[in-house]
Amino acid sequence: MEPPHAPPASMTGAEAIVRSLIAQGVEVVFGYPGGSVLDLYDELYRSSDQIRHVLTAHEQGAAHAADGYARATGRVGVVIATSGPGATNLVTGIATAYLDSVPLVAITGNVITPLLGKDSFQEVDIIGITIPVTKHSFIVRSADEVSEVLAEAFKIAASGRPGPVLIDVPKDVQASRTTASIAAPRALVAAPLPLEDDLAQAAAMLADSKRPYLYCGGGVSCAGASDELLRLADAHDAVIGCSMMGLAALPSSHPRNLGMTGMHGREASILAHARADLVVAVGARFSDRATGNKAAYVKDTRFLHIDIDAAEVGKNIAVDHALVGDLKGSLSALASRAVATRRAAWQDEVADMRAKEAAHAHNAGRLAARSVIESVRRRTEDGTVVATDVGQHQMWVAQDYPFEAPRTHLTSGGLGTMGYGLGAAIGGCLGNHARRTVLFTGDGSFAMNLNEMATAVSLGVPLVICIFNNGALGMVRQWQTLFFSGRYSNTVLDRKTDFVALARAFGANGRRVDGPDDLEPALDEAFASTGPFVVDCAIPTDDWVLPMIPPGGTVADMLTEKPQEMEMTR
Amino acid sequence: MTTEAQAGGSKTPAAPTTAAEAKILIGAIVNNHFGVLTRVAELFAKRCYNIESLVVGVTDDPNYSRMTIVAMGDDYIRDQIVKQLSKLYDVHRVDVIPDEQASVREHMLVKIYVSGSTNAALTDAINDFGAKVIDFSPESITAEVTGDAASNDRFVEKVKPYGVLEICRAGAQALYRGARCL
Repeated sequence: MEPPHAPPASMTGAEAIVRSLIAQGVEVVFGYPGGSVLDLYDELYRSSDQIRHVLTAHEQGAAHAADGYARATGRVGVVIATSGPGATNLVTGIATAYLDSVPLVAITGNVITPLLGKDSFQEVDIIGITIPVTKHSFIVRSADEVSEVLAEAFKIAASGRPGPVLIDVPKDVQASRTTASIAAPRALVAAPLPLEDDLAQAAAMLADSKRPYLYCGGGVSCAGASDELLRLADAHDAVIGCSMMGLAALPSSHPRNLGMTGMHGREASILAHARADLVVAVGARFSDRATGNKAAYVKDTRFLHIDIDAAEVGKNIAVDHALVGDLKGSLSALASRAVATRRAAWQDEVADMRAKEAAHAHNAGRLAARSVIESVRRRTEDGTVVATDVGQHQMWVAQDYPFEAPRTHLTSGGLGTMGYGLGAAIGGCLGNHARRTVLFTGDGSFAMNLNEMATAVSLGVPLVICIFNNGALGMVRQWQTLFFSGRYSNTVLDRKTDFVALARAFGANGRRVDGPDDLEPALDEAFASTGPFVVDCAIPTDDWVLPMIPPGGTVADMLTEKPQEMEMTR
Repeated sequence: MTTEAQAGGSKTPAAPTTAAEAKILIGAIVNNHFGVLTRVAELFAKRCYNIESLVVGVTDDPNYSRMTIVAMGDDYIRDQIVKQLSKLYDVHRVDVIPDEQASVREHMLVKIYVSGSTNAALTDAINDFGAKVIDFSPESITAEVTGDAASNDRFVEKVKPYGVLEICRAGAQALYRGARCL
């Protein structure tokens, strides 16, 4: 491949970074300047017609925005920060991306090479700090290496199981000159296809199964394997459930899709998952939130694990068979081997499970939140990007928002990062052609990183922010009610924050929703707004996320309604 | 890349179990680059695996180093160590070397107290273990000993009565027996 840019006689390391980003096809980067990235920001200034830099209010917001951009587009997100505190502010964002396998390249400046290791001003060993939460990291010692390192970083971030890569570039390396040419984008490492014998064994397991359940995770979206998964499910008359990360991979309207499984899953999905005689995990990793009590989970069930990451096989539970490699190819090969089978008895059982779920829908303790979610959904399209923060609202959205298209659901699944949502929504919005974007958040989560309202207003993004405001850290409170006899240690948010006034202070607009009558007019206004709009929805303090399987519990422990004595305490 | 980590077909070992813990002998070819040792050690720390010993040195190709790692664990941990190590960008090959297929040696320097004239029994012990005296003074002898762990332990026991001043003991180094290579 020809280098996209003819090598100039000489350029600085900073210019090499920017030219390399452009060569990698990067259109937008998120970040925050500082002393150790002055050279880099100077080059961004010069190249602003070719690459857009989005200034956030805080580096954490920039990291979440790059993550949201990556999740919404499937491309590598890029975030830039200065040395020291700039770099450490990225850490939560990098860890969030790592736990959810999001391709991210983080570029940090560092102090000049002679000052490295001297506890210099704004010096920190960001490589050392981020080793546990990156796929790999590089420190660039010479401007000559810059472009090769960037090309390699993009390849690592996007290959196989995606993840974050950090590049640390000392200030003098950015300033020094190089004649090295700009590296072209590298081919990704191709994922292998399973061996014939392994495929045959997997196909036999599916054929022998009476009650197959396909448990799909975030890997399905990563691999773009939604159609192949549905083909396999159709061929075997299987039902499908998903982890939270797998939610948007399949249309929730699809008749085989039972929705989220696990601790706060949909009742039918949880029941079918437990009743299945064969669980096929596809791009999922048997997280404790998805399985509950491991010993009970594995009893009387066979497991087939299909994943790109060999290390996930056998990590959380022992499985009977695994296909390690490309999901799309594996599923396609399995589907084409299938002899179409109808499993009427299984479908009848599942229909009963759905009926049970429907019967419990009205005492599930989430009516206020559900009505907000439903009203929002009437105004969104299938392709609307929806971000969430972390807590009860996140689970309500996972349970009730009918996602129809991959890459429309941005949520921190693995790390559970409160404060993720606003940055992610901004990044997701820019990744989705600045179309209308929704953030569901809570009064707790929103307060963590609401400084990014400044960014949203500067960008003028059409972002509808629905705050589920219960004046409490609701999820922790729910656990305190259940497991700590209602001692609400530090979960009552008696803050008097006026989120609508706050929105106005940032230059946005907002409406307070105190009761059902306020909701529709507020949403009408929000969805007519061209910029960010806060809808601050009062919801009851003690609405719960139900069903709930207590941690380490089994399907037999599932709560589908609030225990009577706890209902009394309201 | 590695062989074991990509074998998708075989039944996986049991997830966290109480199966017997045993020594796991691992050979790895890694980039000869600063920071690689940190990444490997951090992986063990993060995943809660215990390193008994880790020896690293450059190979005949200066681009690569070879690590020999001894860890403790059951089948599950052994399987995970190999797979997780294989995912590191700097790790090129990694394999568990079964005891019966391994040539294993540990290297040790032992400084022993001597008073006045050299004790004949001590000299015999040093000779019996094929050790070499690499330094001596009026008060001390430093012996270089190479053997497997058990034989090195026996040497230490043997010379203890004379007064062991210091021990510097490296971990295991291992190659496959025969022509097989990592």
